Amino acid sequence: MWSLLQIELYKISKRPRTYIAFIAIAGIVLIIQAAFKADPGYLNILLQNVDDTFAVDKGNVINGYFMCYMILNTLLIQVPILVALVAGDAISGEANMGTLRLLLTKPISRQKIIGVKFLASIIYTVALLVFMALLALFLSMIIFGTNDLLVFRSKNGESEILQITQDDVMWRYLAAFVYAAIALTVIAALALLLSVFAENSIGPIVATVCIVIVCTIISNLNVPIIDRTIKPWLFTSYLVGWKGFFYIAYDAENVPIKGSMENWASIRNSLFILFAHIGVFFGAAVFFFKKKDILS
Amino acid sequence: MNLMLKVTNLSKKFKDTNAVTNLSFTVNQGDVYGFLGQNGAGKSTTLRMLLKLITPTNGTIEYFEKNIDHDKNEMLRQTGAIIERPDLYKYLSAYDNLRIFAKMSGIKASRTVIMQQLETAGLADRYQSKVKTFSQGMKQRLGIAIALIHEPKLVILDEPTNGLDPQGIADMRNMILRLSKEMGKTVIVSSHLLNEIEVVANRMIIIHKGKKVVEGNVKELLDPANTLLQIETTNDADALYKLEQSKWANFLENNGRYIRLRLNKNDIPSLASSLSNMDIGVLALQPRHSLEDYFLSLTNNDTHVEPFTN
Amino acid sequence: MKKLLIVCLLLSTGFVQAQDINTLLNKAKAKIETVNDYEASAVMKTNVAFLKVPIAKVKIYFKKPNKLKLKSERGISFIPKGAVSLNLNNLTGSDKFKVIDAGTDNIKGIVVRVATLLPADKTGDVILSTVYIDEARSLILKAETTTRDNGTYALEMTYGTYAAFGLPDKLIFSFNAKDYKLPKGVTFDFDDGAAPNMPKEKDPEKRKKGKAELVFKSYTINKGVDDTIFLNK
Repeated sequence: MWSLLQIELYKISKRPRTYIAFIAIAGIVLIIQAAFKADPGYLNILLQNVDDTFAVDKGNVINGYFMCYMILNTLLIQVPILVALVAGDAISGEANMGTLRLLLTKPISRQKIIGVKFLASIIYTVALLVFMALLALFLSMIIFGTNDLLVFRSKNGESEILQITQDDVMWRYLAAFVYAAIALTVIAALALLLSVFAENSIGPIVATVCIVIVCTIISNLNVPIIDRTIKPWLFTSYLVGWKGFFYIAYDAENVPIKGSMENWASIRNSLFILFAHIGVFFGAAVFFFKKKDILS
Repeated sequence: MNLMLKVTNLSKKFKDTNAVTNLSFTVNQGDVYGFLGQNGAGKSTTLRMLLKLITPTNGTIEYFEKNIDHDKNEMLRQTGAIIERPDLYKYLSAYDNLRIFAKMSGIKASRTVIMQQLETAGLADRYQSKVKTFSQGMKQRLGIAIALIHEPKLVILDEPTNGLDPQGIADMRNMILRLSKEMGKTVIVSSHLLNEIEVVANRMIIIHKGKKVVEGNVKELLDPANTLLQIETTNDADALYKLEQSKWANFLENNGRYIRLRLNKNDIPSLASSLSNMDIGVLALQPRHSLEDYFLSLTNNDTHVEPFTN
Repeated sequence: MKKLLIVCLLLSTGFVQAQDINTLLNKAKAKIETVNDYEASAVMKTNVAFLKVPIAKVKIYFKKPNKLKLKSERGISFIPKGAVSLNLNNLTGSDKFKVIDAGTDNIKGIVVRVATLLPADKTGDVILSTVYIDEARSLILKAETTTRDNGTYALEMTYGTYAAFGLPDKLIFSFNAKDYKLPKGVTFDFDDGAAPNMPKEKDPEKRKKGKAELVFKSYTINKGVDDTIFLNK
């Protein structure tokens, strides 16, 4: 198993397309960092009339933690595309190249082959996230320093500013990245499933991205009947769930409770649904791959 | 002779089309087994079923008397294959391709072993080059090196000469013979050309539209003693009468329309001189090997063909 | 900032006409005037509906006549702009206000004298200020200011160790905060599904009430404070 995984990772590492995602992430992160370094004006938009009532030391607001939150907020929505780029190619890419039939004449069960490919896709996803963490979090911490994290959000149509003290931030990022890895694994499983049916890699990649886009739109429709029926079952409703780790609970006097989360139950529920999706998608991928006649 | 592979009533249906129907054949250890059929006859489908790339709709495949469905990957472990084109990881080097597939075949190939294989394939000096820079022949040689790296007992080559130049085709033939004679491998080789099979195989099967036409020993099937000779003369009735009176009477095969004799190819010169001695005005002598004749009829006329009977 | 300076001014001016109440105000002023400067440590609890901020450790610096600086020791601080008027120290005579004796009241069981200060300038933002003075200790317990545009501000003080200097142990500053609205399109929000069931704040006005509570731990009085502290960085 391990040596198969090594082979799979080696193959991924030798493909130029693998690095597109890393370059894209580096590009976006560096641009956002440079922009904020040059002009922190965005903060004035965020703080708006807070300025009238309060004196806020803005220099401290834009810090490494805040930058990471900003970057994840804009970037994590796009990462599914990058994950699909590799996971959607896993089977179909080999079919397209003609290596699938050679691969499958080796004395290795198909479950193992697709399992290893899925594992390799997950490792790739985690590598993307680690890379992102290095740039968006640690590089930002170096460039912008560290301080408390302000989270701006809207809840029940009312806006809030949550302040998380800096000694309470790191574990939230760790949890958020783990959560993101699980959410993106759903995308990897979906792309892998679609990859089983195709004989070129463009199809599953485009199809995955389309499904993600369509489901995301449905997830954000805010039509009551959809909210009640479809939405809770769409994995895209949970892709931004990592933010839940930053929604700190607060007491009756609006003082945040250190180390707390406002709604762990909902995050747990999200995780459950994400895992269920992973199970269904990957299970289906194994099922169909085992049955597939290799004609490529 | 040791029975290696026994295929019984193998069928494969794709939606509405029957790609392979009730195909049965056997391959003995040490055979070079020829798989002959036109394009689309079901050769590839059958070979892919042997390699578990395609699941049969029906029938059994036994490898050394064990059903390959029950006996997971025993057969694959001892098989090397090239299916159609030798497609490899284009973005990897020859060395990496060989190393990866060796590993996947479950063997730990040392650098020396891999380099030896590349040497044999004549690719030692290009071992670090990416496969996408290789010619078709080089890819083919690398594909064979990959098929052989784990020292399989059985080698399956699906249309190995496709896309090769004449030199490549000749090399391939020599290689198959070497695999069999020097290395003691059992080889299954498919082709749509009879002469390719004829020069390498000891046993063969002809399939057409997914059905077996004939299976047997190549020497017997292509026995020169079994040549059908068709004669056209200026006066067929007279010629037939004279032949019936001659020593050739026993060789006559009367179907009413043509004068045909079934005889050894070597006897044709002697027959020719007899005909001239008997004053038969010969317009044409058409020696036809029955199997070849039959196979040609498949190729030329795709509409309806009676099963071949030897 | 401006508004609170006005509060200070209100407090520090015009105890002329109501002799009795003026005497009391002057007594309170005399106490405060003994402080030239101080440096204090306190914890600040801010309670505004839209702002969920932790309790902050702050340092307060004061220097006569009216320099005041509130600094958070660490982290990001949201300091109510009015908080800088927390000092009642610089009560100085002025005749810009009319002081009216408004009788007595009761704050937490203490009988207090109430003084209403009306600005002479009737077009200003401040409409009136009310000061509640503990007669026995000559300490201002509460000060309210009603403005034309910005509602009512209030300061409530509790005294202890530093009562002799007129410095409170605890101070509650109530103010009006503009409601906060996150610009649209800034976030891509995670709907945790629990949202629709959560009760909405019934009274939108309540969202606009802000409170900052300062509990003083220690004062260092009259030991000198460097002027550079008051400079805005």
